[in-house]
Amino acid sequence: MSDTPNRQSEALLSVRSLSVEFGTGNGPFKAVKDVSFDVQPGKTLAVVGESGSGKSVTSLAIMRLTDYTGGRITSGQVLFRPDGAEAIDLVRASDTKLREIRGNDIAMIFQEPMTSLNPVFTIGNQISETLILHQGLNGREARLRARDLLQKVRLPDADRLLDRYPHQLSGGMRQRVMIAMALACNPRLLIADEPTTALDVTIQAQILNIIRDLQQEMGTAVIFITHDMGVVAEMADDVVVMWKGEKVEQAPVRDIFAAPQHPYTRALLSAVPRLGSLTGQPLPKRTPVMVMDGDVAKPVGGTHEQNTADYTKPVLQVEKLTTRFDVGKTFFGRVTHRVHAVEEVSFDIYPGETLALVGESGSGKSTIGRTLQQLVEPTGGTVRFDGRDMGAMSQAERRRLRQEIQYIFQDPFASLDPRHTVGYSIAEPIIVHGLIKDSKARERRVHELLDQVGLQPQHAKRYPHEFSGGQRQRICIARALASDPKLVIADESVSALDVSIQAQIVNLLMELQERRRLSYLFITHDMAVVEKISHRVAVMYLGQIVELGPRQAIFENPQHSYTRKLLAAVPIADPQRERAKVRIEGEIPSPVRPVGQEPAIHRMREVEPGHWVAIEADTLRGAA
Amino acid sequence: MAGFILKRMLQAVFVVFAVTLIVSFAIRLSGDPAVILMGGGGNITEQDLQNIRQALGLERPFYVQYLSFLKGILRGDFGKSFMGGTPVSLLIANALPATLLLAFTSLIASIILSVPLGIYAAVHRGRWPDQLIRILSLVGLSFPNFWLAIMLVLLFSIVLGLLPPSGMEGPESFVMPALTMAVILTATNVRLVRTSMLETLSQQYIMVARSKGLRDRVVLYKHALRNSAIPLVTYIGLQFGGLIGGIVIVERVFNWPGMGTLAFDAISNRDYPVLQGTITVLALFIVLINLLVDIAYGLIDPRIRTE
Repeated sequence: MSDTPNRQSEALLSVRSLSVEFGTGNGPFKAVKDVSFDVQPGKTLAVVGESGSGKSVTSLAIMRLTDYTGGRITSGQVLFRPDGAEAIDLVRASDTKLREIRGNDIAMIFQEPMTSLNPVFTIGNQISETLILHQGLNGREARLRARDLLQKVRLPDADRLLDRYPHQLSGGMRQRVMIAMALACNPRLLIADEPTTALDVTIQAQILNIIRDLQQEMGTAVIFITHDMGVVAEMADDVVVMWKGEKVEQAPVRDIFAAPQHPYTRALLSAVPRLGSLTGQPLPKRTPVMVMDGDVAKPVGGTHEQNTADYTKPVLQVEKLTTRFDVGKTFFGRVTHRVHAVEEVSFDIYPGETLALVGESGSGKSTIGRTLQQLVEPTGGTVRFDGRDMGAMSQAERRRLRQEIQYIFQDPFASLDPRHTVGYSIAEPIIVHGLIKDSKARERRVHELLDQVGLQPQHAKRYPHEFSGGQRQRICIARALASDPKLVIADESVSALDVSIQAQIVNLLMELQERRRLSYLFITHDMAVVEKISHRVAVMYLGQIVELGPRQAIFENPQHSYTRKLLAAVPIADPQRERAKVRIEGEIPSPVRPVGQEPAIHRMREVEPGHWVAIEADTLRGAA
Repeated sequence: MAGFILKRMLQAVFVVFAVTLIVSFAIRLSGDPAVILMGGGGNITEQDLQNIRQALGLERPFYVQYLSFLKGILRGDFGKSFMGGTPVSLLIANALPATLLLAFTSLIASIILSVPLGIYAAVHRGRWPDQLIRILSLVGLSFPNFWLAIMLVLLFSIVLGLLPPSGMEGPESFVMPALTMAVILTATNVRLVRTSMLETLSQQYIMVARSKGLRDRVVLYKHALRNSAIPLVTYIGLQFGGLIGGIVIVERVFNWPGMGTLAFDAISNRDYPVLQGTITVLALFIVLINLLVDIAYGLIDPRIRTE
């Protein structure tokens, strides 16, 4: 260890040759290998990487929270220097010293706002706890200070909020409470581990703004752990890129985007979907993806326009589809409230076409998918498949419909049965629908499907846990294709994947569409992916479509204020760009309404051929 | 929450009602009290038996007997014992405190033991304290309670002569019956606390609590325990039923003057009123405890309270 503490005198935090190990069944696993970086006071350092890159472990190791997850720091130093005082090596600090620093000098925000707050204590109690512990305030003083903090993170009605419980707050509000809690003692360093990943884009934009503003106001340094290059471009001063537990590159943010040095960084950046990358082009497009092959990045796939849609006769026609759920009952079982998940939604999907259904949580986009897959009964409206009315179908016809409409779920980990081989999972739809009786022929079909999704035939004998997330999603796609469907509903199917995997799966879906003339209903919140994959786009807000039209029209000429807000909220992976001037405020309203209070159905007008927009006055009335 | 409690109370009334019906019906299948009362004396005529049945009111149809029993309950009158004519309510009043005292002593002892042990095992998951606690709890689970009771008597009363082998005289006579019950309760509860704690400790809010710089003790006993308590409280409510069942046997072995002994004798003697009375009162307690458990949920978990 040649580095002495004095040499990085101006750094607030110096991580030096840090290695972290976890004990596993087959010996120790090195999660972080020899990683070093500095954090300057008041600056933001982004640590980026994909799942398994060691970025989260690094963030936990700084405060030695890895002690509680079975991790062991095998070598290195974490030198922390608050206010120019003498450096403390957190790796060797006593438990008492560490407790003094945690929550006081260094604070942390975690990824999942829904599970970060303790469900059994009030918001006020949880914020005050830190203040009482570190600042020696009494209960009353701490409560007053907690109220100020809630106002600082722009939460309305802070007084009442103090006595509320986490489950009474939305995800965005909880993450703001978490920020208030982390900033309670004016920490010198804030570690934020994917703080906006689980949030809707408009809420993400608000949270990023709050973190940035408070950072400037309080002079806090931030370590921002993320996989989202858009967020990096908007937030970071410097970037550390991690890959397989090692730091492969470190540079100021502009240099990382302008001149990435390491092949992995280049591959990562090439895979990032960029909003506006297809401006001026009417059709979606496949583009090559850089994939790491050992230590070098190799391009996979070619450039290909996706001219597959056939607009003569729609495969699916949805008309005034309405789906509501009863919630809240009186003592005598009378319904008091309903979730108006979907309200009079109409759209068509044509053969070979991808229609993207975009919206935020509570917009009703997933309910539409589930209704089409017959997992949810609609309350009203008609759905026609190939001209036949779904509501008028017999049981046998409905079963056959399940074979023609298939579903790919969001979570490839949860949607495969861990106790069956993947070959069995893929063959199941074939067996259920009685498509191929002969077992040899069925096996051949499974091999063929595996081959089509880019896997090996011999993978059929393996179990889901032997595959990575991306491979599992390929298996799910193979299963969806097994019954030879015409329409595939992909519900956030690429959202949970790392960007390089995501880009490959998107390419795979497009390739399969071309080969098999598949129609996709692509349900997502990610506008950048939508731009790449879809022919037409429907924007949903509170159960209704507010804008529907060709992709180019939606992205280049958005008409509805909500569509504009959604587009403005997407972080752009380009640090040169001016930050969006639009200040996004407010929560997404709830689709739950008392019985008898029906939402207003807004009218649509056609602004250009095929481009429909809700009349704004109607929308506002509907949301009120 | 109030509606929820009200619903549970209505359910509770129904459950107690159903229990009385089943007990009254079932005991009448078990044999004729008149024969037992005659004590197998030499020359009993059918007429003698008929007279006894008449005196006890047993010749009436079942529904009439049952209705009069129900009417009695509403007035707090459980009838008189067939053996000696003591009012059943008096017998219960004498026996109930002994049983409840024993039940709650065992329950509280097991909670005091199992919560810290379970937490300790969870925190040291996979290491030797955890292994030791798990093995001991398995050993505890494997003892049949009557066998454990007899072994305790052998050791502490006969070999060492430290504790009275039976009866209820003074605090030392509590030790063995309560210990017998507590060992088995603790053995199950330790495992439950451990599992529930492991689940809670893996939650993100625990890591958040640690990142605030809280002491381990505060993290475990403030942030984690209350979240782990829900399954534990549910289980203790359910356990209370089993506890009462186990107590019948333990009371027998230690000759404890409680409800178990009372019920056991009532069965042997076909003493319908006593059995109906004891079972009804015990059922009432089990139902009451479970009602308290439902209320406790609301106190522990705001998600239930504010629903």
